[in-house]
Amino acid sequence: MMDRAETMRRVAVIGVGHSTFGVRGDVTLQELAWEAIAEALKDAGLTQKDIEVSVVGVVGTREYELMPAVPVNDYAGLTHVGPIRVEAACATGLAALTTAHNYVASGMADIALAVGVEKMTEVDTATSLAVGGRAGNYLWEFHFVGTTMPAQYALYASAHMARFGTTEEHMALVAVKNHRHAARNPKAHFQYEVTVEEVLGSRPVAWPIKLLDSSPISDGAAAAVLASEDAVRRLGVDVPVWVSGIGYSSETPNMVRRPHYVGLEATVRAAAMAYKRAGISPTDVEVAEVHDAFTIAEIMAYEDLGFVEKGMGGKFVAEGQSDLGGKVSVNVSGGLKGKGHPLAATGLSMVYEIVKQLREERERGRQAPLKRYVGLAHNVAGIGHQAYVVVLRR
Amino acid sequence: MALTSLKEKIDEAVKQQLRLVDAVVGSTGFPIVPDQKTGDPQWIDVRELPLRYMLSLGGARKFFEGLAGGKLQATRCRACGTVYFPPQVDCPRCRVSDVEWVDVGEEGELVTWTVINVKPLTFSHHGDYVVGIVRMPIGVNVLAWISVGDPSGLRPGQRVRLVVGRREPEGYVTYWFEVPH
Ligand SMILES: CC(C)(COP(=O)(O)OP(=O)(O)OC[C@H]1O[C@@H](n2cnc3c(N)ncnc32)[C@H](O)[C@@H]1OP(=O)(O)O)[C@@H](O)C(=O)NCCC(=O)NCCS
Ligand SMILES: [Zn+2]
Repeated sequence: MMDRAETMRRVAVIGVGHSTFGVRGDVTLQELAWEAIAEALKDAGLTQKDIEVSVVGVVGTREYELMPAVPVNDYAGLTHVGPIRVEAACATGLAALTTAHNYVASGMADIALAVGVEKMTEVDTATSLAVGGRAGNYLWEFHFVGTTMPAQYALYASAHMARFGTTEEHMALVAVKNHRHAARNPKAHFQYEVTVEEVLGSRPVAWPIKLLDSSPISDGAAAAVLASEDAVRRLGVDVPVWVSGIGYSSETPNMVRRPHYVGLEATVRAAAMAYKRAGISPTDVEVAEVHDAFTIAEIMAYEDLGFVEKGMGGKFVAEGQSDLGGKVSVNVSGGLKGKGHPLAATGLSMVYEIVKQLREERERGRQAPLKRYVGLAHNVAGIGHQAYVVVLRR
Repeated sequence: MALTSLKEKIDEAVKQQLRLVDAVVGSTGFPIVPDQKTGDPQWIDVRELPLRYMLSLGGARKFFEGLAGGKLQATRCRACGTVYFPPQVDCPRCRVSDVEWVDVGEEGELVTWTVINVKPLTFSHHGDYVVGIVRMPIGVNVLAWISVGDPSGLRPGQRVRLVVGRREPEGYVTYWFEVPH
């Protein structure tokens, strides 16, 4: 396969925005998206008339509005420049970023906006679990067997424990670390810390996954403004953060056709593509936002992204290598676990965090120490049904 | 509990909520209720959208004929030998649509499992259920419930036996695994 990446234009993130995540019964879907879009435009120093194309990522189904992209776009005053609607389940955020990136990289637009928004709490938990569980392979998994998203990850957790000796304590440490960061992130769903004992003692959801191993059901939005190198120069952007490599892949939605249950092959392939395009190796990454939908997912992500070898993820977190200032500072935003996981918003929320980190703008003891200024965002759909990896550099 | 009584149980829960909404509409003129935790006003959607899909079985229709006869079957491509479970009648690998139906076998090895405690609404009438992935002799994996009293004794590689039968209370024919004594 010929890699045409070099023939494309360089693209930078020049503005980011983020709503407060959580149960947001105080706002509509449109108002929620606007919180992120308004901040992103302000951060970029632009207005709607500068945006040539808008990409709206939203998973939907849990919202009463079944075609949310157009109302969201219209409310934000972007009526005539889109929206291009993007959906890739929980990976919608980075899929939207990729789409907006490609408009700019290809020369179809000079400045593009990507927003991801989700209001998951318009239905109850049982309905939400059913929507998630139905995804991917309905008849053979949900209808016959009643699997849920937590259960799918639990099948991996159980296999990872049996094969590598990963423990429930290792998983609990991921929750403790991510809640610690969330408690310092004013935009996070959860504003408190948890202890290993609290995680281990929390109520079971799908063994070995417990309540405090799970990301919550959240509402939220995040947005990014992307610009070509010409536009960056023309606008005199102080600190552009460059999209230096994007990787994507997918895996069979049939749980039973997977080669193993100890890692996500879609992540491995997406990461390899992103590293190659960015011309870096995993050891160059200093700060990463990874898809910890459940704590086991973060442990597998360390391995699948190449931060540590397969099977050593539990040890990696236990040794503090993924702490703030460790080998890689992972999920310093609080991650999906602590910050919340409003599906389509999550990938762009990762970009928001990495951009702020690379610009060294973080508050309250959450700034990662940087030498190379290399950050990474990792967004997964379902249980590795799809994966996106984006390398960002200052 | 057949399908009709399961539906009645769910409807009864919905009815109770609607009675509350009726009372609120009667007194305030709107189906608006405060959020229980924050007090933020929420409009209750009164145009319910019942979604009950029809699933065309397509090429899998033969699978259910097999299941009715107590057999769990996969398909095998006659051209390239690829075995498919769940079964499919088109082979994208060699682009030929000529498959034979083959038994997956009766005993397999447990690969991984979980216990589902927080359930979707349509499974909420069941107790916590154990779900596992089992490697079968013809080289395919099967996802199904594992019928076992205490799941803490389960081990990877453990032998489990396939059962085809009716699962109550829904009463339709399906498949699961048992742990032989
Ligand atoms: C784990 C889960 C089932 C819990 O939902 P629930 O049982 O309905 O919990 P509730 O919403 O009733 O919340 C009860 C309490 O637990 C808290 N809570 C809920 N989920 C939590 C979580 N994941 N972590 C920590 N606390 C949580 C709530 O804040 C609430 O606390 P409060 O009473 O102090 O306000 C649900 O969060 C879930 O399904 N998470 C996974 C979401 C998912 O699959 N996403 C896609 C992944 S790819
Ligand atoms: Zn074939």
